[in-house]
Amino acid sequence: MRKIKLLLSGLLAVVLLHAQETFPVNGVADKRSGSYAFINATIVKDAQTTLHNATLIIKEGKIVAVGTGIPAPKDAVIIDCKDKYIYPSFIDIYSDYGITAPQRQQGGGFNFNQPSQITSNTKGAYNWNQAIKPETDAYKQFTIDDSKAKPLRDAGFGTVLTHVKDGIARGTGTVVTLANTNDNFVIVKEKASAHYSLNKGTSTQSYPSSVMGSIALLRQTYLDAQWYKNKPATEGTNISLEAFNETQSLPQIFEGNDKWTDLRGFRIGKEFGVQYIIKAGGNEYQRINELAATKATFILPLNYPQAMDVEDPNDARAVSLADMKNWELAPTNAAAFEKANIPFCLTTADLRDTKTFMTNLRKAIDMGLSETKAFEALTKTPATLLNVYDKVGSLDAGKWANFIITSAPIFKEGTTIYSNWVQGEKYAVNESAWNDIKGIYNLTITTPTGTSNYTVDVKSSSSASVINKDTLNTRISFDGKTVKLNFNNTAVQRNSGFGGGFGGMRGGAGNTGALNGKQFRLTGFVSGDSWNGYGEDTAGNKITWTASFIKPAAIAESSNKRTSPITKPLSKVTYPFDGYGNEELPKQEDILIKNATVWTNEKEGILHNTDVLVKNGRIAKIGKNLSSAGAKEIDGTGKHLTPGIIDEHSHIAVSSINEGGQSVTSEVRIADNLNPEDINIYRQLSGGVTSSHILHGSANTIGGQTQLIKLRWGADDEGLKFKNWDPFIKFALGENVKRTTSQNNNRFPDTRMGVEEVLNDAFARARDYENAMKLDPIHTRRDLELDALVEILNKKRFITCHSYVQSEITAAMRVAEKYGFKFNTFTHVLEGYKVADKLKTHGANTSTFSDWWYYKVEVTDAIAYNAAIMQKAGLNVCINSDDAEMARRLNQEAAKTIKYGGVTEEEALKMITLNPAKALHVADRVGSIKEGKDADLVLWSNHPLSIYAMSLYTIVDGTIYFSRDKDLEQRKKIAAEKERLIQKLIAEKRVVGPGGVRPAEPSWQIILSCGDHEEHNGLFTVDIQEGEKTTSGNK
Amino acid sequence: MKKIFINLSALLLIVSITKAQETIYPAPANKGKFYIKNGTVHIGNGQIIENATIEVNNGKIVSVSTNINPANGAEVFDATGKQVYPGLILPSSDLGLKEIANGVRGSNDHTEIGNYNPSIRSITAYNTDSRVIRTLLANGILLANITPEGGIISGSSSVVQLDAWNWEDAAYKMENGIHLRLPSFIARFGRRGGFTLPANLPPDIAARFGLGGGADAAKQAMDKLEEIKSFFRQAKAYLAEATHKETNLKFEAVKGLFNKTQKLFVHGDQVKQMLAAIDIAKEFGFNVVMVGASESYQIADLLKANNIAVILNQEHALPATEDDDIDQPFKTPATLQKAGVLFALNDAFDEARYRNLSFNAGTAATYGLTKEEALQAITLNSAKILGIDATTGSIEAGKDANIIISDGDILDMRTSNVSTAFIQGRKVSLDNKQKELYEKYKYKYGIK
Repeated sequence: MRKIKLLLSGLLAVVLLHAQETFPVNGVADKRSGSYAFINATIVKDAQTTLHNATLIIKEGKIVAVGTGIPAPKDAVIIDCKDKYIYPSFIDIYSDYGITAPQRQQGGGFNFNQPSQITSNTKGAYNWNQAIKPETDAYKQFTIDDSKAKPLRDAGFGTVLTHVKDGIARGTGTVVTLANTNDNFVIVKEKASAHYSLNKGTSTQSYPSSVMGSIALLRQTYLDAQWYKNKPATEGTNISLEAFNETQSLPQIFEGNDKWTDLRGFRIGKEFGVQYIIKAGGNEYQRINELAATKATFILPLNYPQAMDVEDPNDARAVSLADMKNWELAPTNAAAFEKANIPFCLTTADLRDTKTFMTNLRKAIDMGLSETKAFEALTKTPATLLNVYDKVGSLDAGKWANFIITSAPIFKEGTTIYSNWVQGEKYAVNESAWNDIKGIYNLTITTPTGTSNYTVDVKSSSSASVINKDTLNTRISFDGKTVKLNFNNTAVQRNSGFGGGFGGMRGGAGNTGALNGKQFRLTGFVSGDSWNGYGEDTAGNKITWTASFIKPAAIAESSNKRTSPITKPLSKVTYPFDGYGNEELPKQEDILIKNATVWTNEKEGILHNTDVLVKNGRIAKIGKNLSSAGAKEIDGTGKHLTPGIIDEHSHIAVSSINEGGQSVTSEVRIADNLNPEDINIYRQLSGGVTSSHILHGSANTIGGQTQLIKLRWGADDEGLKFKNWDPFIKFALGENVKRTTSQNNNRFPDTRMGVEEVLNDAFARARDYENAMKLDPIHTRRDLELDALVEILNKKRFITCHSYVQSEITAAMRVAEKYGFKFNTFTHVLEGYKVADKLKTHGANTSTFSDWWYYKVEVTDAIAYNAAIMQKAGLNVCINSDDAEMARRLNQEAAKTIKYGGVTEEEALKMITLNPAKALHVADRVGSIKEGKDADLVLWSNHPLSIYAMSLYTIVDGTIYFSRDKDLEQRKKIAAEKERLIQKLIAEKRVVGPGGVRPAEPSWQIILSCGDHEEHNGLFTVDIQEGEKTTSGNK
Repeated sequence: MKKIFINLSALLLIVSITKAQETIYPAPANKGKFYIKNGTVHIGNGQIIENATIEVNNGKIVSVSTNINPANGAEVFDATGKQVYPGLILPSSDLGLKEIANGVRGSNDHTEIGNYNPSIRSITAYNTDSRVIRTLLANGILLANITPEGGIISGSSSVVQLDAWNWEDAAYKMENGIHLRLPSFIARFGRRGGFTLPANLPPDIAARFGLGGGADAAKQAMDKLEEIKSFFRQAKAYLAEATHKETNLKFEAVKGLFNKTQKLFVHGDQVKQMLAAIDIAKEFGFNVVMVGASESYQIADLLKANNIAVILNQEHALPATEDDDIDQPFKTPATLQKAGVLFALNDAFDEARYRNLSFNAGTAATYGLTKEEALQAITLNSAKILGIDATTGSIEAGKDANIIISDGDILDMRTSNVSTAFIQGRKVSLDNKQKELYEKYKYKYGIK
């Protein structure tokens, strides 16, 4: 500490070393070797190797040697690093350092009220879609930006992978150092990586406007690039596809930013034989098993949510338990990855302030991340991934001289980074601390009237006490070389308050304690153990002073570190990560329901006082006086057992619902963006729903592929899927697809005449495509959009078609008949009663609302008797919800068909159970209570068609996913857990102060809808209708 | 008599095949006596009288009793085995102001330009020929409070009866209340610059809700509240003066609030909005009704203590937050009932167009109310809140004969089927366009 050998300023010689060969010299040549020897240091070469009392020798920006007992070369400047540590500097693998952030022009996305931008705005021979720009090379755009480099260096980084964070295919990233020299010198590797995301960024083109659209576009781009390898004449030159192919050999990095999106990206990669490195978002700990299964390497940000101010109960009410839990658990993310054995890197990306990186990393370590893993995640792992471990990532001879010098082990609380050396140049980080001035000094002040002596206890470069008899009010500042000392010859009035916050000393006003006595303002140089300088007292007398080191300071009391009050026990991760989630997924059981009124939906009709036995997820037996050892017995006396409700038309449990960017988007798939955390899954279970057909919205004529799910609350997206069902697709007709509410629609079609022609054209193209594929599969471009339509032509995919008025329904059927297929289901079909005979002849199923009407012109003639007429005309009729709220009461909606049109009770119940099962081709497994069928059952408290009925148990595959009793317990748990977290957040506010917390932010629930109608979903709900996009369903 | 009725309705159906809604006539005034015999009469105040007969004379209920013998020659409606209820009341609605909910601006007359429009009167735009009206009658809704929307003070509402030639004919109680819409105390999203949007919302969605300007929503709301109170303070001062050099129609329009001939209907769901409403009630002594009030269960005792009545807009709604009890909106009425708050239920659901009012009450009955309490929340309570309980809301002597007869429990769609309805003793047509189309297509397919 007191042996100060380091005299070079960090700014010196920076330009001199790197005089580029081709650049002319203006002045006298000044080439220097940059030879240094760092001696007596603890050198951490890599995670496995730590050398004590070792030497590091560098020259011309490279490491010459590392080891113990190595002599320092003659030409080296010797720097004594006794008690200090040297580490390879960190690598940030996910940066946009030195890249100007692209700006978005007005527009973009799909909005009912705005005109579409159908084609790309990018000039040149590039891809059709503006969001596909693999031709972007970061190294060509990169330029040093020292204002951005400095905070990174201060956090210990020396090298970053930087790329243009914009678009779905984003082009290549480049590895650069954080040196402030010539741009030409800092590039470590020009093209080091290729980048992807599902976020179209600044693209203003309408397509894609949804998560599933982005996925489809990226998949299609892989196919197009493959096809382009043969240079198809029909494509001409496509710079983007060419670049896409060229960059495939690089490490492929996908930005997920969320646990589900990570998985979505992984699956895209897998389809095309690419193992992505995945940029995470911070909530991955909530689904760590699924992510471990990807075998991908992850890039983890450390941007933990800031604590919210929840002191006002009104504010606290709006914040969900999940958001509060995420605040508490986000710092466990990295540890969860380590525990699950998933390789990962760490990044400063997403941090509000790079300065918080180390603090946040220490939090992660507190939460169980090992220091070794943390270190590797910042050095070797990213270097190896980027194929630059021969250059950076450890301290080995021949590598670039990128390292940091610290006061103590790097991850220890209170450790100071003194300097960060990049390419052999020093960048000061905290130079003042290098010269540790801590200790007890004897201060001698000479005034015109004589000398006086004081003792000074220097605690740090910004905290000291001058002691006469009493401890005097003292302020100090030390910048590594010069010291300023200001004290008042009276005792401290307060217990604390000195130290820190220097700045104002020249005025001498100081704090209140300084007003009485004599004040000394001293300034001087520190030269090792002896300081000297001059100053003034209050009277204006000139004085001189010296101070000399006497002894080291007493061991400082533990620093008042501002740690957050994260104490154990922590919240538990639940599945899903919602208040109503479970720590353990509900298990399949053998269940015996005794003595219930059983609505079979079979020829047996309604059976009274009947038992139903469930085994292995199936209905094993129906009869009287059944018994089964070990089965969970439920008393059904006075209660009604029905098959689980199947909602033919639902929009829950997804991250996006509409791809409205084009009129034909059969390439998009609801299955690509399921959101298993939607609370509406649970709420609908409570209303007896066991399966839901999740449809694309109605923004366009040919919408996306649908997904039938079972409401397995807690399962992941794959686990929700109804297995082995016939694939379906959503079509739509009428006002929505012609964009009635837009004053300036420019997307074809604008009339029902055009809607018919969209269908006609699509299937004509599909038929031609199918033929072309048969003739020349190599040269025909594989088209995901047409693939789905060919499946329809071949009766391998089935249509459920949003429709209202009779003219459009008839027109659609005629198009289908022309191409030899049929519309499987018309949904909404509110004028179905006008063409029931035609529907019957065509062979379509129908799925309608019980009593909706008049929310737009095309439902002027919608009548509540529609279901009854269609049913009596011999059609298979379903009652659907299309509404997250109403889906909880579908039994009541079915009951309305009794009121409106006199449907029998049994037939009414079938409209929400067996009939949708038939319409969805799954009646062999669900929809009735029959031995051998899936045990998807609801036990009702009352007649199932009565408004007074509540589901007591909702069972899916023999697993009780909802029980009214358990629900009541769960409410108490939620309240208790929320209260615990509120107390913790309030405690956090006390620690960090009001400025350290953010105002409570309501946890908005996003309710997606078809876009047909308004929703009424309460205070903290955001209705997202047609064409508006959401990102993935983050928590 | 039962048979007669059935024949009569069959006749009506046959007739209706050949006519459109345009030829469904409002019923003429009731002259003389008629009886509704042997029904299960739900009075509307919690009481049920089995096998009761109701005597009506010149549109008014004369008596309800188990021992009334119909006068000779008077018309008798046999309600044996049927349920008899007071006519249902829709307590706050844009009925007749909004025809087609979306996409047809010309069919809408519910929202005027400007923030302070107390002198705007909804009744003048009320369209008695709205196709929605007759679908409500068919479900037993006989009266509705027609409410203007928009701005801060939207204007005055009026209660109408639903079987009328024109709005003057329809008016049941003119300008019964002034409608105030309080600003939101919840920031839709964070202030710009200070912190970021919720992670789960893309900026284009967020922009739709952005408050902009960097102000705190709660503070903005408080400022707005002060502006509102300032309006009333100035109105009070103005009204204290006998004559005016400059007439202020807006101040004149709120006179009824000060002399309590009108109520102040405050629209808002949030607790802080309700606290603000209590504050207004205290300062100005107004009779205040909260409309919306989905969070009212949190401060039910405060509402009771301050005599604030409540109209719950939508029973069939999702819970406000994902952690809320899954049945929260369903059981809110029970909480209000327990606390003694005067409350009514509404149906503001745009897609079914308000015809499920009785089922909203049915849900409340499933989740904690008795059936009679639930009924009261769509009849007598509503009448009290709207200031029309002297003439309607229950089947009691002296009140208007606003009565419906249902085949079964009207709260349950499984059994709810209104066969007959009387407004002021006039037997009104329950036909509507939907039934006409039903008949038309039954005919087409030969469905019996």
